[in-house]
Amino acid sequence: MSMLKPDFIKPVGLGAVIFAALAFMPTLVDSYYMSLAISVVSFAILATAWSMFSGPTRYISLATVVFFGIGAYTVAVLGEVLPFPLVLVCAGLAGTVIALLVGFSTLRLAGVYFVIFTFGLTELVRQVVSWYEVNVTREMGRYVFLDITQNDIYWQLLALFAVLLVTGFILGRSRLGFALRIIGEDETVAKHCGIDVTRVKVALFVLSALFMTLTGAIMAPRWTYIDPVIAFNPMLSFQVVIMALLGGPRRLLGPLLGVIPLTLLFEVLTASFPNHFSILLGCVFMVIVYLLPGGVVGLYEKYRAPKKRVLATDQNAEPGGNAA
Amino acid sequence: MFSYALFSGITLGGMYALVAMGLTLQYGVSRIMNLAYGELVIVASFVAFVFMTSVGINPLVGLLIIIPASFVLNWVIYRILLTPLVARAKNRGMLEVDSILATFGLLFIVQGVLLVWFGGNYYSYDFLNNAVDIFGATIAANRLVALGFAVVIGLGFYLILTRTRMGTALRAVAVDPTSARLVAIDVNFASCFAFALGGAMAAVGGVLVSMFLTFSTSMGVVFTMKALIVVIMGGVGNMLGALIAGLILGVAESLVATYIDPGLTIAVTYVIFLLVLLIKPSGLFGRATS
Repeated sequence: MSMLKPDFIKPVGLGAVIFAALAFMPTLVDSYYMSLAISVVSFAILATAWSMFSGPTRYISLATVVFFGIGAYTVAVLGEVLPFPLVLVCAGLAGTVIALLVGFSTLRLAGVYFVIFTFGLTELVRQVVSWYEVNVTREMGRYVFLDITQNDIYWQLLALFAVLLVTGFILGRSRLGFALRIIGEDETVAKHCGIDVTRVKVALFVLSALFMTLTGAIMAPRWTYIDPVIAFNPMLSFQVVIMALLGGPRRLLGPLLGVIPLTLLFEVLTASFPNHFSILLGCVFMVIVYLLPGGVVGLYEKYRAPKKRVLATDQNAEPGGNAA
Repeated sequence: MFSYALFSGITLGGMYALVAMGLTLQYGVSRIMNLAYGELVIVASFVAFVFMTSVGINPLVGLLIIIPASFVLNWVIYRILLTPLVARAKNRGMLEVDSILATFGLLFIVQGVLLVWFGGNYYSYDFLNNAVDIFGATIAANRLVALGFAVVIGLGFYLILTRTRMGTALRAVAVDPTSARLVAIDVNFASCFAFALGGAMAAVGGVLVSMFLTFSTSMGVVFTMKALIVVIMGGVGNMLGALIAGLILGVAESLVATYIDPGLTIAVTYVIFLLVLLIKPSGLFGRATS
């Protein structure tokens, strides 16, 4: 893989320009739009990270919030003890360890075991953290008072998203990414090609969990108060799955197409129908599952002339359109 | 104390087994991985609550209405929501993914509706709440009645599956849907019937559980989770396995709640699940799954 090929330089260069432009956003808009921008970028990271593993393998992870919450909780516990960069490292380590445990115990089996395990994992982690707080530390709920402004959070998230996109971009052109796509197409074939199926799946799952954990850690100072019910809210996992599926989880920038409209929709729904949010969200989700099985990207591809490189990423025209 | 813990574990385990039998029907025969299953259990609990407190029908009489109603409801869910997915799926894996997603959406809709009507509080009602002495342990009568009904109804479903023509057809579909067609079994009808029957068992479980446990709108996920673990532990499609696995789970939970800490019951569930996954993922008596 040569780093100097035009098909590498062009998207990376374009992305760098867009991200540099986005970094100036705090000087242009007021704090309401900044908080909206933070939601968009954080969901963009979560949905893209989710798709990085679940897109090609079709192993649906319902545990996004577990990693997000672990990140947030690490900051709540260590935020006032260690400098913030070190706290991020600790959060990353904690997320990695949990992801390794989950990965190695379920990913060597059929996909459905993984789904079931992640489905209940939120409940488990929430109850265990609550139990620990009540019985060992004897304080339920923690305050996060850190000297981190809304703009700092925004810049950190933006940087994390840039790293994630570059990682995804390189992954799409690497042996590991190729192995993952073969596993998604047919696991038996992948085994016969000499791919260590379990190790590839675990590696990708850990990578995606790492980004989710860091997002949680970066977002934690925004809340000031955290308890297990807030940090491990299953609704978040659900929102991430919806967004990724609406956009199309099999392309690097696909989830972004779901994140932008749905974050705005959630904003309107939580403001106008706070009590019916869950019902409306469920309905939106059903519509996507039934009418748009391949997401927006799938729809776009269906109505275009058949392409030769179905799985390669060549959609650098899209981010410009969305970011502007 | 031990006999109390053991007995309450057995009642709880009986409920888990009953609920899991329904899920194993839905997953084993209809091939639907139903993540909204626990919500159906909780809906039945709330219906029993409303019957008891507002209408004045006791839960055991209520079963006469709730069983057929839930059967019809699940029949409709399968016909309207799941048949398109079955038709669209190219293979079993795709149906699994699609049904997981669709029922995951259904879960949030049902939970949302319950939240609007009942809020997030815990509910319970008084029914047969007098103490009974058994083997030196004092047990509430409602637990005993619930266990008795679970045994009778579970046995009834078991006999339907093993002794009737329809039941034999269901088991044939569970083994191999393609071959079942060759012996003139209507696979679509059998799947629909199994799904509805499974849903009815969930409803029975919900009604019986509501007689002796407090319940809330957010408990559905836990029921789904436990039912899934029991199904996997007992082996998919294996009714007897579900019974034994359910009892093991119930007793283990009850012992931990009594002797260690009630806050750790879900951790026990997960430890058992992990052990099953690591040692024998095909279940206690299960065939190897491909």
